[in-house]
Amino acid sequence: MEIIVAVIVGVLFAVGIYLILTQDLLRIVLGTSLLTHAVHLLLMAMSMLKTGAAPLLGRGQEEFVDPLPQALILTSIVINFGITAFFLVLSYRAYQKLDTTDMDRMRSESSKHRGRRR
Amino acid sequence: MNNWVVAPLLIPLFTAVLLIFLHNKLKLQRWISLLSSLLNVAVAIFLIVQVRNNGIQTLNMSGWAPPYGIVLVADMFAVLLVLAASIVTACCLWYSFRGIDEERERHYFYSLVHFMIAGVNGSFLTGDLFNLFVCFELMLMSSYSLIVLGGTKRQFRETLHYILINVLSSTLFVASVAYLYGATGTLNLAHLSMRIAESGQTGPITVVSALLLVVFSVKAGLFLFFWLPGSYGAPPAAISALFGALLTKVGMYALIRTFTLIFYHEVEVTHMLIGTMAVATIILGGFGAVSQTNVNRILGYNVIASIGFISLALAVSNVDALQGAVFYLVHDMIVKALLFLLAGILVAETGTERINRMGGVLSHSPLLGWMFLIASLAVVGIPPLSGFPGKLLIIQGSLENGQYVIAAAGVLLTLMLLYSLIKIFILGFWGKARRPREAHWKQSRKLLLASAPLMMLIILLGVFAESVMPYITSASNVLTDPSIYIQAVFKE
Repeated sequence: MEIIVAVIVGVLFAVGIYLILTQDLLRIVLGTSLLTHAVHLLLMAMSMLKTGAAPLLGRGQEEFVDPLPQALILTSIVINFGITAFFLVLSYRAYQKLDTTDMDRMRSESSKHRGRRR
Repeated sequence: MNNWVVAPLLIPLFTAVLLIFLHNKLKLQRWISLLSSLLNVAVAIFLIVQVRNNGIQTLNMSGWAPPYGIVLVADMFAVLLVLAASIVTACCLWYSFRGIDEERERHYFYSLVHFMIAGVNGSFLTGDLFNLFVCFELMLMSSYSLIVLGGTKRQFRETLHYILINVLSSTLFVASVAYLYGATGTLNLAHLSMRIAESGQTGPITVVSALLLVVFSVKAGLFLFFWLPGSYGAPPAAISALFGALLTKVGMYALIRTFTLIFYHEVEVTHMLIGTMAVATIILGGFGAVSQTNVNRILGYNVIASIGFISLALAVSNVDALQGAVFYLVHDMIVKALLFLLAGILVAETGTERINRMGGVLSHSPLLGWMFLIASLAVVGIPPLSGFPGKLLIIQGSLENGQYVIAAAGVLLTLMLLYSLIKIFILGFWGKARRPREAHWKQSRKLLLASAPLMMLIILLGVFAESVMPYITSASNVLTDPSIYIQAVFKE
């Protein structure tokens, strides 16, 4: 089971990095959110996936699943949800202001702008 | 157990939430935020006294004993940085009464600053690696909004870069937390240190430490700094002063904390890597500062170069160097804030950021000129000012260890920074005024008044270095001997 998750993490990382390296802003945002998914799966897999019962005392079980990574993942998901939302809104505002979602064109426009001022 | 430890986190957090509801009442917002930051200064001083008298103070959140719950640890190093951060914040807030336009003030500027301070103080005080991540995110979220507040084209461009680079490094942070948890089964800093000391710092753990080094280097601007000069120059002066003074220093604090407390076994690998990165940062940052003609960019490269300098001390890691690192970190927070604030006034007076278009400012605002000169000399480390003791100790420490390259890099840095700052002074302040004097001198006087406390502080910190030294020593003792920290966390 861990091996399958490891492969999925690898694929998600690869796709995320590929998307971040493209020039379109929207793809970059999607890339970052895929990367965070990869990391959350990694966090889950690092503590072994299914080692026992749910961590509740008094049910006659001896082996428990470690609940801590799940708490960490939950926190991290919330944070990344906020950041992705902010990033998307910012991209939209940037598109309205700069008239492009292409990272390269944004930069060339800035150098043109600078050239004019000089 | 000491409940005061959480106060530097709670005060800004509550203030920030309160200010959201008052966002249309500008006067009230200003006074509440200034009062809250002064209260934070008082609490930080109170904590320093307690740490001096009773040793390291800890607080187990919700009463869970250390390895299980989250623990806040106030050792002297953390508390000194909290104090410096609170003082810088108070001055920057005072400055922003005049230095920030009303539109920004109405759009939650003060709330965002307080949220950021909560994150900064939390990162200093936390004793848990994942909690450090959460505090980092709190600080970064508010900093994203602060950079883009105002919404000019340049701000949008720089914010997009800034967010992307920080989201990437946060992702790597969570990945390294995952690896570390898988390898050791704990995230409490003190417990991590114990476990790794027991099992030995094996190869995989050293690799994880290198991953953490990358993460913190991005945040601190150590070697991976290409995003920094642009994004710190985009927002108005009060905001870039806060950024230049606080954000990179939090990354630096995290580096020093993890590599003195947890990963101190494989010095040949990790500290060698840090040393190489530090020397490269100094050279690149120094040349960057020398080559630029834009005031904000010069200061941005100055921030980078001094981060490189503090990392030199971490690479050396003996008693003298770590003492110097603590002293220089405190000094650097104050002096960088001061420089950014003064540069903000300079830009407002001349109406341009390019130094080759300025000139003659000294003739109509001499006070600004001399304050800028003194601040520059403090950065360089001229003896009666606060940059000197830290620099002396770091270079002395590297010579004691026989690491002459590092000492040479430190001295080289001094010369390059001197050149870059004096260039601003000569081109900006001397000569004939290029453009007619603008009519907001009265406003600049109020801004100068707000930056004066920082100015006094760098002079006092330099002159009375001898009486500050006991605090610095007690901070660096914890860094050189991790068992003090561990015992303090696990004593109850």
